[in-house]
Formats: sequence, C-alpha cells, structure tokens
Amino acid sequence: MAGIRWGRVAGWAVLVVVMLVTLFPFYWMLRTSFSNTRALAAGAADLLPVDFTLGAYRRVLGLSSTAEAVAEGGSSGTVNFWLYLRNSIVVATVTTAGQVFFGALAAYAFARLRWPGRNAVFTLFVTALMVPPIFTTLPNFVLIKELGLLNTFLGIVLPHLLMTPFAVFFLRQFFLGINAGVEEAARIDGAGHVRTFFRIVLPMSRGPIATLAILTYITSWNDYFWPLLVGKAENVRVLTVALGIFRSQTPQGSPDWAGLMAATLFAALPIMVLFAVLGRRVIDSIGYTGVK
Amino acid sequence: MTSDTVRAAPRTPSGPVPGTVHPTPRPPLLRRLGDLPVAVLFVLPAAVGFALFYLWPAIRGAYLSLTRYNVLTPARFIGLENYEKLFGDRLFWNALKVTAEYVVLNIVSQTVISMLLAVLLYRLTKSMLVRGIVLLPYLVANVIVALVWFWMLDFQLGVVNNIIEWLGFDRVAFFGSDLAIPTIAGINTWRHMGYTALLIFAGLQMIPPSVYEAAAIDGASEWRTFWRVTLPLLRPVMALVMVLSVIGSFQVFDTIAVTTAGGPINATRVIYFYIYDLAFNRFNFGYAAALSSVLFVLLAGIAYLQLRLSRAGESDLRGA
Repeated sequence: MAGIRWGRVAGWAVLVVVMLVTLFPFYWMLRTSFSNTRALAAGAADLLPVDFTLGAYRRVLGLSSTAEAVAEGGSSGTVNFWLYLRNSIVVATVTTAGQVFFGALAAYAFARLRWPGRNAVFTLFVTALMVPPIFTTLPNFVLIKELGLLNTFLGIVLPHLLMTPFAVFFLRQFFLGINAGVEEAARIDGAGHVRTFFRIVLPMSRGPIATLAILTYITSWNDYFWPLLVGKAENVRVLTVALGIFRSQTPQGSPDWAGLMAATLFAALPIMVLFAVLGRRVIDSIGYTGVK
Repeated sequence: MTSDTVRAAPRTPSGPVPGTVHPTPRPPLLRRLGDLPVAVLFVLPAAVGFALFYLWPAIRGAYLSLTRYNVLTPARFIGLENYEKLFGDRLFWNALKVTAEYVVLNIVSQTVISMLLAVLLYRLTKSMLVRGIVLLPYLVANVIVALVWFWMLDFQLGVVNNIIEWLGFDRVAFFGSDLAIPTIAGINTWRHMGYTALLIFAGLQMIPPSVYEAAAIDGASEWRTFWRVTLPLLRPVMALVMVLSVIGSFQVFDTIAVTTAGGPINATRVIYFYIYDLAFNRFNFGYAAALSSVLFVLLAGIAYLQLRLSRAGESDLRGA
C-alpha cells in the first residue's frame, strides 16, 4: 500500500515538473514583454520584469514615437500589428468558413447520396492526405502567380478554401454515424436533399462542425509557410509572417527582445482566448484526429 | 432497395409517394444515376478545389521536376538531369543527413516523454485543466514557439544560460553548429509532447479495464504490466502516432526559418529549408521540384515500412 502511494507521489512530481516546463516559457514571454530592452542585460536573471514598462506594447502597436522606441531598445522602423492582426483574422475566418461549408457539402454527398463513382472519387480525395504539402506547394505557388493573385487575400486562402482532404474525411465519418431514420422521415415529408442537409443534417452535426472549425481556425492562424510564399506584402501580411520579418529586421547584436515578446504574445492571444473559451472541445478533438 | 420490380409508374425524381415507406423503384437509367444531379451540386466546390490545388499541382510538380524552370521564363524539358544532379549535390546529402539527425532526435525524445506523460495522465488525473495545460504549446504557432525559445536560449541574455551559469557550468551555444539540431529537436519536442501524449492517452482509454484486472490477479507488477500488457495493446495507436510524427518531423521548416535560417553554415539546412532556398532564393524551381519528389517518395516509403513493421492494422485485443 505504502509503495503504491509513493508511486503516485513520484508520478505527480514528474507531472508537476512537466507542467512547469510547459508553462514557464509563457511566463517568460510575459515577463520580458513588460521589460525595458535596454535594461534586460543588467537584470537577465530577474524573475520579474526588468524596469517595468508598457513601452514594448506601445512599439508593437505603433503608438510610440521613434525617439521613445529607440530609448527603450526598439528599432526605429515602424510596425503595425493591428493591420497584421486584421489580416490574420480575415485569412483564418474566410478559410475556416469556406473549408467547413464546402467540406460539409462534399462529405454529405459521400456519406448519404447514392451516385455512380462515389467511392472512387472519395478514395481519390483521401489519397491526397498522404501527399506531403511541399510537393503541391511549389506548383500551387506557380499557379497563384499565374492567376495574378500573389499578395492578395484570395491567393492566400484559395488553396484551402474549397476543400482539404481532412475536412471531407472528418465530416463524412460523422455523417455516416447519424441515424438515417431522421433524414428519411424528412424526405418522406417532402424535403429534398438540399433541404434535408440544411435543415436536419447541419443542425444535428453542430458539435463535430464546431470541432472542425476550431481545428481549422487554429491551423490557419498558425500557418507560416504558405502565407510567407504568397503574402509577404504589408497589406495582406499575417501575424506569423510579420513576426518572422520583425525578427529578421532586429539588429543582429541586440534584438529588441521586449518588443519581440510583446509581439509574440499579441499574436498568440486570440488562440489563447479561443482555447480558454472552448478548451474542452479542443481537447476532446485530439482523440478524434488520432483515431482517423 | 429491397425490391427491384420495375413499376412503370412515372414519378418526379425527388417527389415522395405518399403512404410508402420504401422509396419506389425507379426506371433503370434514373436508378443507376441515383442522386447524381444533387451529388454534383454538393461535391462540385470540393472537386474544383481538389482538381486545382491537389491533383493538378501533383501532376505539374512531377513534370516541373523534369525541367529547368525559373518561373519567369517558360519551363524547358531536360529529362532526368535534375535527378542526376541530386546524386552529386553535396548540399542535398547534407540536408538528408541533417534532417535524419533531427527526425531521430525529435522522434525518440518526443515518443518517450509523451508515453510517460500519457501513462501519468491516465493513472493520476481526469483533470481537463491539466490536459489543457499540457496541450497549450501545440496551439501556439511554430513561429512563436521558436522565437520564445530563441530568446530563452540566447547565449548572453537567455534565462536558460543564466541558470546554467548560476549552477556553476559554462554557458552553452545552443544555436552553434554542434548543438543547433538537437536544440531545435528539443524545442519541437516541447511543442508536441502534450499533443502526442493526448493521442496516446486516447489509445489508453480504449484498452478494456478487464485486461488490467486480469494482470492484477496474476500478481503482475506495475512495470511488468506496462511492458507486457499496455504497450502491446497500444501498438496500433502507437504505429499511427509514429507514422504521423515521423512524416511531420521530416517537414520541419518554421522553427528553422525564424531561428538559424539554415546556419551556422549548413548545420540546420534541412530538406524543407533547402527546397525553399532553391526555389525562392535561387529561382531553381525545376531542381526544387525534383527534390520535393524525392522527399515524397522517401516519406511514402518510410510510412509503408513503418506500417508493415508495426502491423498497424491488426490489434492484439482479440487474442487477449
């Protein structure tokens, strides 16, 4: 008995260490973002913000004058994270809405409608899950360039707007699980497939659709590679790309760490809020994606 | 679907026949087409997306790998020249070596830690808060994770090096040429361990409790139970987790792009970064496409081998 209890104590000790290691970097972002970059060297070991200031946030949001920024170790270049925040919201929202809606339509056709070639087309769609993104990314870049869509929102969202194999596959599995009786009853009452889909199937699948939407939103928000290729221009630049550029612009010897951390927190914040509100759904979704 | 007797009663395709529960049989042609008109409507957007952004680029990518192409002037067919060039390309072999090193380090540390974490979660707590905390790093963009660790591991000002010095050791150049790859593998382990642990956790929950009861009756120790019962029963889930994480780690890019950018010298020039560099800095699209084809074949081969070796489709549960 005593042996088991010691095992639990040791187990909890490891778990607590893992959680501390997980949380510490987040605390360090916060601590650094409230510090004065010029003072960081002197107070490198301090656990609290060094020379507390909101200057880093003012720099990131474009509120401080050049002189002010330079005095606190920032660069003289201006950044406008409000603009990048807007761009990230536009890209993630449009991508999510399109992918979930069109994905649901296709998934319904694969799960419930009977048509020749259905299984062949579905197999073809799912095969695309196996193709590593880089293989299609280069030709997609060429295509977006040929269409004249470089540095436009459409160019950034288009490849993931109409379908991803995962969205179709994920929703099809759920539609297959819905009791067909309810739909049949609706059909007998005279509802066509379109009506049945919008009035019965969609409302019944709110849960899985919300899960897919959250996963898509997070993926889209965090994506770096594709927007880096097609959306570097300021007016469509998303937060991840902006962070990369912000980092590469900071002087080699003494980067504006406080500014950089304020910017990363700013970029991570919306996802954190989303997670705080919808945490359980996100956590539960991990099980689904694993058992695909 | 039960009766195929053809009744010639004409009816509108979607209109119901009052009083019948089973759909009335249709004329042969309409019956074979089924719901085709509606289905076309439903599948069309996704099919266009698939054709334009998955199928066409896959075909085009394969073709481009046989050309010399700089995006500005039309592609010129050169046969297998790009692939021949790969064999003699020192940077390609270097990229392969560096990537393999990263994958091995990342997979080993990630799998061991995640497995431990999953078992701890399973045995100790049902708390959503704990699971949420563990998952947190996975929800943050690679770019952000990379920047935070780049700062924490900074040679002069980074908190980690300050702790190391405080403990009486020498400061460590985490992003120097010797340690850069292990460091990046560590950073990504930090980001993915909670996510992977929750995947394994989901697998643990699928093991029926009766199996553990039987092991307990036989007097098996906790340690023995883990190796003899839990791990074998977890195999199908682990196979999937391993395939997904190996394929994922072969594609490491973001972390490297914002920290070392392939350096120092070529120490972190992984395959993905090399492809990016070839295409967008040297405008050598044909060669970059050839390299992505090689990566594709490599990944497909590894996934196939892994699934074969781990007999992923079979479960041990039936025999137990």
